[in-house]
Formats: sequence, C-alpha cells, structure tokens
Amino acid sequence: MNQKILDQMKNNFLKTNPIFTTPKNVHPLEQRIVLKNYQVIDPESIIEYIAKDGYQSISKALKMTQEDVVNEVIKSKLRGRGGVGFPTGLKWKFALEYESDEKYVICNADEGEPGTFMDRHILEGDPHNNIEGMMIAGYAIGATKGYIYVRAEYPLAAARLQKAIYDAKELGILGNNIFDTNFNFNIEIRLGAGAFICGEETALMESIEGKRGLSRNKPPFPAQIGLFEEPTIINNVETIASITSIITNGGEWYKKIGTEKSTGTKVFSLSGKTKNNGIFEIPMGISLREVIYNIGGGMKEGSTFKAAFTGGPSGGVLDETHLDVIIDFDSLVKYSSIMGSGGIIIADQNNCIIDTIKHFMEFNADESCGKCTPCREGTTILYNMLDDITKGKSSMEDLEKLKHLAHVVSSTSLCGLGQAAPDPIFSAIRHFYDEFVDHIKHKVCKAGVCDMPVTKGGE
Amino acid sequence: MEKLIKFKIDGVEYNAKENETVLDVCKKNDIFIPTFCHDDRFASEAACRMCLVETSNSNKLMTSCTLIPTEGVEIQTNSDIVLEARQEVLKLTWASHPNDCVVCEADGNCKLQDYMYYYDIPSEKEYNIEVRDFEIDDSNKFFYIDPSKCILCGKCINVCDQLVGVGALSFNERGKDTYVSFAFNKGMDFSTCVSCGNCVSVCPTGALVEKSHTKFRTKETRKVRTTCPYCGVGCQFNLVLKGDTVVRVDPINTTPNEGLLCIKGKFAYRYINHPNRLKSPLIKKNGVFYEATWEEAYTLIVNKISQAKKTYGSSAFAGLTSAKCTNEENYLFQKFMRIIFGTNNIDHCARLCHASTVTGLATTLGSGAMTNSISEVKNHDVIFVIGSNTTETHPVIGSFMRQAKKSGAKIIVAEPRKIDLAKEADLFVQIKPGTNVALLNGMMNVIYNENLYDKEFIRKRTENFDDFIKVVKQYPPERCAKICGCSVDGIIEAARIYAAGEKAGIYYAMGITQHSNGTNHVKSIANLAMLTGNIGKESSGINPLRGQNNVQGACDVGGLPDVYPGYQKVHLPEVKAKFEKAWGVKLSDEIGHSLLSHITHGAKDHSIKFLYIMGENPIVSDPDITNVKEALNNMNFIVVQDIFLTETAQYADVVLPASSYAEKDGTFTNTERRVQRIRKALDPIGDSKPDWVIIQELMTLLGYPQHFNHPSEIMDEIASLSPIYAGINYDRIDKIGLQWPVHNKNHPGTKYLHKDKFSRGLGLFTPIEYLGAKELPDDEYPLTLTTGRVLYHFHTRTMTGKCTRINELVPNNFIEINQITAKKYKLDDMEEVIIKSRRGETTAEVHITDIIGDNIIFMPFHFADGANMLTNVVLDETCDIPELKVAACEIVKKS
Repeated sequence: MNQKILDQMKNNFLKTNPIFTTPKNVHPLEQRIVLKNYQVIDPESIIEYIAKDGYQSISKALKMTQEDVVNEVIKSKLRGRGGVGFPTGLKWKFALEYESDEKYVICNADEGEPGTFMDRHILEGDPHNNIEGMMIAGYAIGATKGYIYVRAEYPLAAARLQKAIYDAKELGILGNNIFDTNFNFNIEIRLGAGAFICGEETALMESIEGKRGLSRNKPPFPAQIGLFEEPTIINNVETIASITSIITNGGEWYKKIGTEKSTGTKVFSLSGKTKNNGIFEIPMGISLREVIYNIGGGMKEGSTFKAAFTGGPSGGVLDETHLDVIIDFDSLVKYSSIMGSGGIIIADQNNCIIDTIKHFMEFNADESCGKCTPCREGTTILYNMLDDITKGKSSMEDLEKLKHLAHVVSSTSLCGLGQAAPDPIFSAIRHFYDEFVDHIKHKVCKAGVCDMPVTKGGE
Repeated sequence: MEKLIKFKIDGVEYNAKENETVLDVCKKNDIFIPTFCHDDRFASEAACRMCLVETSNSNKLMTSCTLIPTEGVEIQTNSDIVLEARQEVLKLTWASHPNDCVVCEADGNCKLQDYMYYYDIPSEKEYNIEVRDFEIDDSNKFFYIDPSKCILCGKCINVCDQLVGVGALSFNERGKDTYVSFAFNKGMDFSTCVSCGNCVSVCPTGALVEKSHTKFRTKETRKVRTTCPYCGVGCQFNLVLKGDTVVRVDPINTTPNEGLLCIKGKFAYRYINHPNRLKSPLIKKNGVFYEATWEEAYTLIVNKISQAKKTYGSSAFAGLTSAKCTNEENYLFQKFMRIIFGTNNIDHCARLCHASTVTGLATTLGSGAMTNSISEVKNHDVIFVIGSNTTETHPVIGSFMRQAKKSGAKIIVAEPRKIDLAKEADLFVQIKPGTNVALLNGMMNVIYNENLYDKEFIRKRTENFDDFIKVVKQYPPERCAKICGCSVDGIIEAARIYAAGEKAGIYYAMGITQHSNGTNHVKSIANLAMLTGNIGKESSGINPLRGQNNVQGACDVGGLPDVYPGYQKVHLPEVKAKFEKAWGVKLSDEIGHSLLSHITHGAKDHSIKFLYIMGENPIVSDPDITNVKEALNNMNFIVVQDIFLTETAQYADVVLPASSYAEKDGTFTNTERRVQRIRKALDPIGDSKPDWVIIQELMTLLGYPQHFNHPSEIMDEIASLSPIYAGINYDRIDKIGLQWPVHNKNHPGTKYLHKDKFSRGLGLFTPIEYLGAKELPDDEYPLTLTTGRVLYHFHTRTMTGKCTRINELVPNNFIEINQITAKKYKLDDMEEVIIKSRRGETTAEVHITDIIGDNIIFMPFHFADGANMLTNVVLDETCDIPELKVAACEIVKKS
C-alpha cells in the first residue's frame, strides 16, 4: 500500500458510490469527531473507510518525525478519555523517550462501568478509525505491536475489529514497510474474561500476559515498564479514536474545540429517566442542564429531576443545584464528582440515592481483584454499611464510621478501583445528606425504594 | 563511585543506593516497618498495604516496599497518619479473619497476631464483614491449606512460582471470595506441587501449616541452627524442638539456600526421633543380636582387633568412613585406620559417585570440586546440565537454575530421560545412557569447526591442545548423533548455545561419573569448558554436584585410600613424614584398596578379614549385591556403627549406636566447598554416642589416646595438617562457613576456583575417544538399565524410609519404561515384573512414561535388593568407580 493506491481506491469508490448514509438523530449541539463515520459508513467495509479519507492520517504521520507526531498530540491538549484525563501527548512523549527494542500500544476496550457504552458504539461503528489511531501511536513511540483488549461481552465489536485487522493486512496497511516506509505494525485482539478490574491498565497488561488480572503498583508507570516489562502506552478507545482527526487537522484545530483545559469533544452515554437516551458527541463544556433538557429531551413523563450520577460506579452524584455546572475533566471535581469516561445516569424522585450508591458499591466489591487489603475487605464492608442504612439499621455514629472507612479505603488502596470506589459516598453525603438523615434517624426512604422497618412515607 | 541518594527518614538523613527502596533502607538501619506480603527475594507486590509511609513528595501514602527515594525527600514512618493507616489496614485484615488464635496452630508464630498486639487492635471486630469460611484442602500429605486463615499476602504463590519455579499454587475467585489453592482448586494430585513446603515456611499466618505429628505451642519450642543432612547443597535451617523432639524445620534465608528447602530438608526429619533408632550396642551371638553395654562391645572389638592384627597383619583391615558423618569424624576415622590398623584401606561411597570427578578434574585442572559457588547459579547466561537430574537430586540448586532461566539464561539439558528440567530447557538432547563422550566430542567438533572457541584462553591457560583437537576432529556431529541416538541438529545447537555463553556453567552428576570410563567423561567436560574459556570466572565453570551432605568433606579430610587430609598423597615420602611427625607414629606408604576392591575382591579372596563400617550401607548402595553379600559373609569380623540397624548392620558382629547429626556438633562441607557448622540440638538418643566419641574412645583403648573435648579441637588439628582447610576454625565459620581453599586464618575463602591460574598450573586438554559402556544390550539381555535417584528418597532410604509420609510417596521399587517397550512386553502400568541381569534379579512396579527412550529402563537405586542386584561392577581403571549407569537387562512378566 502506498499513497497513490490509497488515493486511487478512494477516488474509484467515490466515482461509483458518491453518497453515504446520513446518520440518524444527530443532535444539533453535537460535533462528531470520534463518531465521524458512525452510522455513515459500513463498518465492515475498508473501502468505505478509505473513501472517507481513511488511512490518510497514518500516511501523513509517516511523513512526519516521531517527535512531530507526539508534539501534534501534545499541542491538541487531548486528555485520556478513560476517565482520569491524563494528557495523552505527554504519555506518548514518555514512552517515546524510554529506549527499548520493543514497545507496545494497547487500546483499552474493556469498557465495563454500568451505564457506559460509548466505546462499544465507537468500535462497532468505525473499527478502522481505531486501528489507524493505534498505528499512529505505534509510529509515534516506536512500537511495532499493538493489542486491543476487548471485553468478551462485546462480540460484535470484537468481530468487526477482527475483520478490520484482516482487511487492513490484506491491503498491506498493517504489516511490514507500511506505506513504503520502515514502519512495521501489527495488531492482535485479546478478549477479556468478564473481570471489570482488567479495564484497569496494569491489570489489563497482566491479563494480556496470560496472568490473573491483578493490578500492579504504580510507579513504575506503563510508559516506562509496561506490557512484558517494555515501555507501553495504553489508551482508551475514545482517545485513540480522536487521533486521526488531530493528525489530519492539526493539534491547533483540535485545541479550539471544547474548553481551555478540556479540549475537544466527548462522547457521552446518557441513560436513566430522560426522554432520549443513547450516545452523543459534544464539545467539552456543555452544562448538565443542556444535556438533560436539550439533548436528552427533558425528563420522562411524570419524572422530576433529582440527581445525575456521573463517572460510573466510582464517580459521583449531583443535584439540581448543579444543573448549570459545565461538564469537563475538572469542573465536576469541585462538586465531589467526576466526568469520568462519560456515563451519565439521570435519576428522578423514585430513585433512592443511598440505594443506588449501595449498588455501585456492590459492583465495586464484586469486581475488586482481591489483591490489596483495603479494597478487598473495605468495599464489602462499605457495602454492608450502606445496606444497613437502607434497612434502617444504622445510627448517625455509623454514618461517621462510613465516612471514616471510605476515607481509609480511598487513601490506602493499591489501584484506581479501590481508591475511587468510595467516591460516590463522599458526594452523596455532601449533596444528599438529608436523605441519609431520613434513612438513619427517621427510618424513612422518601423514594420508597428501601425496605424500612417503619411504614413507608413517614413516622 | 556508585551514586547515593540522600534523603530523610523520620528526620534522620540516610543514603540509598540506586534502585533501593525506602523499605530496603529502613531494614538496613533497623527502622521497623510492618509487612505481610514483602519478601526480599522477589519483586514487591505492594498488596498488603502495611508498609505505607508518608512522603514529602506526595499527599498520598506510599508503599515503602516500592518507593524509590528521590534526593532530599522526607519520609515519615511513624507519624499519626501512618500509624492510623497501619491500624486501619490491620482492622480490615482482622475483620474477616477467624478469631480463633487460642486453638490456632500458628499461635505464637503469626505475624497478624503480633502486629495486632503491637498496634493495639482489639480482638473485638471493628468492621462488619463475613468471616472467611472455606474448606480446608488437606490433599497434600505434609501440610494443609486453610483459606479461612489466609490474609492473601500471596507469598506462598510467589515463592512457589518465582523462587522454586514450580508454580503449583494460585489465587482463585476475586474480591473477598479470593482464596489460595493448588491450580484450579483440584488438589495436590492434579498440580505440579513437589511438597517442598516453602509455601508453608513463608506463610505469615496459620493458612499453610504442616500436618504436625506432635502437638506443640510455639512458646514451648526452641530453635537450633544447623545444616541439612541430605544432599550436598548444605541448606541452612533451624531445627524447631519441643523438649528433645524435632517438631518442625524452618529454613534460614542465608547462604547457600536463601531460605529455600526441598521436601527432604523440610519434612523428612522424623527419623531423628524414630522409635527404631539404635539405643544400645548390639553383639551378635549365634546369628542373633543381643543388647550389650558399651564396655562389652568395646572389649570385644579391642580383642578382635588385637587378635586379627597379630594373625593377619595390617593389610587384613579395611574401613568404610561416611559421607553422612562430619568432617571431624571422618578425619578421626581415617586417623584411626592409618594409626591403629596401620593401613590406608579407607574408602567410602564417594567411590560410587564422584571418584571419577576427583581423578578427572584433579588431572586436568588440579582440584576435583565445583569451581563455582551456588550463589553464582542464578547469574549464568548458559547452563548446561548433563547427567544430572538437578531438580530432584539437588532441588534448591534446581530452583536457582529456574531462577536463572527466568532472568534470561539459556538451559541445555543432555540426559537419557526427559526430566523436569529438560521440559523447561531451551534445548533438550536425549542421549542413550553412556554416550556422553560422543556428545561432548561432537559439540567440541562443532565449536572448533565454527570457530567458536577461545583461542586466547587456550594459548594462555592450557596445554596439549593439538593432541586433543586431533581426536575431536574425528567426531563430526553426524557420527556422534548416531552413537548418542539424538539428532545432528541437537548437537550443533547445543554447541552453539554453550559456546555463545559468556558465563556458561556445566552441571553434572552421576550420569557423567558412573561409567567404566567415567574419568574420561569428566575429562571431556573439562575439555569443553577450557575450549570455550568458560572456567575460572564468576558464574562460569564446571560444577560436579555432590550427592551427600558431606561427601565433599569426607574426601577433603582423607576418607580415601590414596590421600591424607587435603588430598596429600600417601605414597609421597615428604607427605608421609609430615603426618608421621604430626601424629607421632610410623605410617604406611602403600596406597590402600578402594571400596569395591576391599569388599568384593578383597573379601572374596579372604585378603580382607576385618571390616569397620561407619555410617555406610553397601548392601544397598553398591553394585552387584549378591557379590557384596557374599563378600560380607566372608569377613571374619565386621563392626558397624550407625543410627539404625541397616541392611548392612545385619551382617555385623558388633553394632554400635551412633548419634544423628542433630545430636552433635561438627562440620559438613557442601558441594560448593563450603565448610558449615552443624549444631547439637538434642541429647544423643538412648545410649548412642556421636561417631567421633566412639572412634576416640576406641583409639584410646587401643593405645593411642585421643582426648578431644569438642569437635572444634579436631577441626583445629585438620587445619594444622590440611593446607586447603588451614584458615578454618569454628569461630570463623560460625555464620556462613568458608569455602576452601582457605589458606590461612586471614584468608576469606575461595568463591570460585582457577581464577587466573589453574590449581595445577596450565589446564590440561586430554584427547578422549568414545569407548561406550562395557555391557551393552544383546539377544539375551536386550534392554539397557540405567539408575538414579528420585526426589522423595535419599540414598539407601535409611532416613527417608523412616519418614512414613515421605515413604508413602514412593513406597516400592519401580521401573520407568516407555509405551513402546511396555507394548513389546505386554506390560500394564503398575504391574509388578521381574527384571534380570547377568548378576541377579529383582522385582519392580512398572511405571509407563513418555520421558524415556525405547528399550531403556530407569530404576532408582534406593531400594534394598533392588537396582543394585542388577548393576554391573565393572570398574573404571583410573579411579575404581563402577559402571552403575549402564547394564544390560531383561524384563520377565510375573506368572
């Protein structure tokens, strides 16, 4: 494969099939970068991808130096979409700087938080964009091998990726001497086996290595000692899906989208009590109100907005006073929540906050890898404490104990799972303290969800 | 100069070397940090979170086991925040732990219990979580796994996987449901577990506990540090005793075993307190043993010696000293033989194992011992194992080989059987028994022709290269492959891998030595090492693995017919004069008979009348048992001193009860030439006496008074006479021993031999032709028998056979054959068959396996009237080692 053939293929296709499908239900507020080909092309057709300027970015990147590619990503101020928001370009720079014969690129497609399904759609809708993004990352840091770690619960995404890899190899896009350069790159798919912890980057690498998915202590960070003890960059699906556009249009272009510190667009998955649920891609910086009442079409019939759970089971919960807070990496932190990977669950008057975070904690306890003591024991104990509250068995002293243990677990756990698992507790106590008081002192669950010893609805 | 990082711990300045963690620095400086999951020997997991510290670099608590300090950073190990974190982690650990310390086996030996106490954690649970409740896995004979008491530190898994290299244990499930089990929770039998018990040794709680024979509380016990009495590795451990009963063995994390043990060291200690231990002297009357007093026994022995001496003269005496006894006892025994009996007819079972090493390496290099140290095993870049089943016979060295492989070393194995190490090796060359020389010549042919040899080394450090290479040129790999029954590529690849090694080590044992031309096999090994310059450097050399705890020492201190202590030749006038002066007696300059010539030839022609055996069991260990029995029956008088009434002791006229290694002080010299202490842990059982006391008393009664108050005084005498032990005394070897040669009291000992110069000056290349075994298969005996050891037994089972649970693992004699051989003889697995050779027959269980070649039988030599009923007594002319490794035989179906 070379530039000339690529262009020829594009032009030949466009000659006969000049019109692509228009995607359904694109909201006017949306700006589709990551989802540029979503529902536009046939995801199983490499030709259609090429016709939409596919593989032009890697071709362009290969004409740049590795440093320039990394600098372009740094310039874009792109931050990791997995939730933490670490600057992607910086990560690449570290990996480029560590010298090693072998380096790896990993695409983390082990999307597992409840109410989160962006990556699934990105991969199912445009697998080649991810492959191309990984190739650019591989070239930038000097890796020749990439892994996509897909959860086994996404069989369609895995199958489409597999086909995409096959087709790219067939056309000589993946393999050796890519675009007549010295760059060689291959990609392998690894399926997860149902463990949420394997979405944590170090546990994910253990899993690729064929070991049990247990988190590793950091430092050392993967960029230094990663997969098979070699420098590795591990990026989330959405991060990688942003790369091609950044290379094509430049970091400066990308930087202008979104807010100053959270550039670009973000794909959100909206679920819960709004009228319109699903995924949408908007520039960073939109307010919660816009999300619910504009994009989400407002609350469902009979539902009154009560709370928004953002950032998944280790994120936080916001109330109506936060409706005008803008959503990006940093703004929500002030209100004890996070944007996370972009899952937003809207709750109404019939949802109990404590019951919901109890279920989040159950999820975390269930998914704790069991390696470190605070997370293994602590998440279950926190669950038990929340369970007691929902059963009217707690005292206000127990609430203090809950806060205390939540702090212990977050400050002493080994990896992100344990460190963040108690976060919903902090934000729920902060914003819905009265609901705790109701449950504990008055033995009342106003949402009518919890099975309280006293008749529902009050003393 | 190494760069040091300056930083502060609790306000005091310390230095850290590159890659040293905060925990490392704290440990060095006695700053206490609690840990459950940490072990210096493997990478930190940071799992238990007990070692959290505060650092000025970050507002997060960091695990000190992984924290590398940066210049100027300030660490707090004792602040309120740190203390609270530790207490909370403990409370969380305790929350799901069964509150049953009062009945727990680990009470008093439990880190959780200790930390709970020190950090004032109340036994009342602070947090509500279900207490762990798992089924106990007792599928292992020696220990059980109680996951309820497990705190999931993962040390057992790490020690098994990373240090032992077995990987039998793993975590199951996740979160609070996580538990440790044998792989896939299918129990011991479906796992790779070898019952080494290292998991038990590292468990901080009562989750992995030995199935104890004796009820004991830790506070009732005491510990005595000593050296393992089994193989030549010389592992250091503590005997844990309640009263005078050994109740447990705890490994010590020091040289040479680094805290590891094998099943024998860890669990095979029950023989010490076994009821069948000999407790008083026995005198045989009319074929029956009667208990006697020491006085009666001594009187009888003294009379018999005096009579025999008068009637037959000195040459009618022979003595077998012991590779199991201490250096001091062996020294005294050879002195006893040479002075009291006036004969050099002294030998021991080293004749059966490494006689050819002593002659082969002494001739070519100048010293017949391991040239490297055990600590160097892990740092080889190539390990060539030939004729050694290392993971079974020297398990701890086998583990170090596996560790070397994990850090990138290449392993080549050449063996008739696809042993465990072969399965893990980078290259396995399966050769027919007895064809080592052809393989080695073939490899050297390749190395020469491909110009992979070290010309500089050969020119500077060796001689006789031209004669040697002429012979090697006659052995192209094609010819050798035919002889060995292996592929040509195998030989070529082995040559290339070995020659590419900068730090290549050869490891060999009986597969090389026990041949009628064993000396040649050993010399061939020396040729290969010298050809590539892989000797005389750290982690680069030739390493004969010695099989018994003190076979090296028994040789070193003169338990041989041709040399005095320190390998000083008996026939050299100046040497004889030196010892005559030291001992104040006239000595014989006649080289004595070796083991097999005393017993088989000497006794059969009645030239040897009187045999004194200290701790040897030739009736099991020597080839052609029928012949040995006849020989012993021909003796006029036999004295045996041993800890049990062994098969050999049955032939004695007087049996003297000796004390085991646990009941006396002394030294053993391990396979890496390290002289190490053993220490008295309990009083002699019954009326038994340490061997050195018995020999000393007899010498005194026989007119050569010896009044050593303590074995250390005997060592001082050894040091005064043996130049290689000159610098050794008990004070100097108290901690980690010393490796000979130790030239004087200031000499630090010798880590590896032949640095800059070989002991003999120039290394001698020897042209070696392939000769083959003396008895090859024919129509009458169409199969090849080869012998060896198994992990679970030691030598003639005198000790392991007394440990019931060990014995149960391999209770019966067996053969290993492959499917094709089995089919030919229509044999089923576990069927009992008769195996015949020209010397005799024995029965054995059939074990059908895929690790052995067609028409080859492997049989362990441990069992009485077993393999050695069949083995061939044909000797190597140079060193008298018998060809135990190859004999022709036939299988006969029973009924």
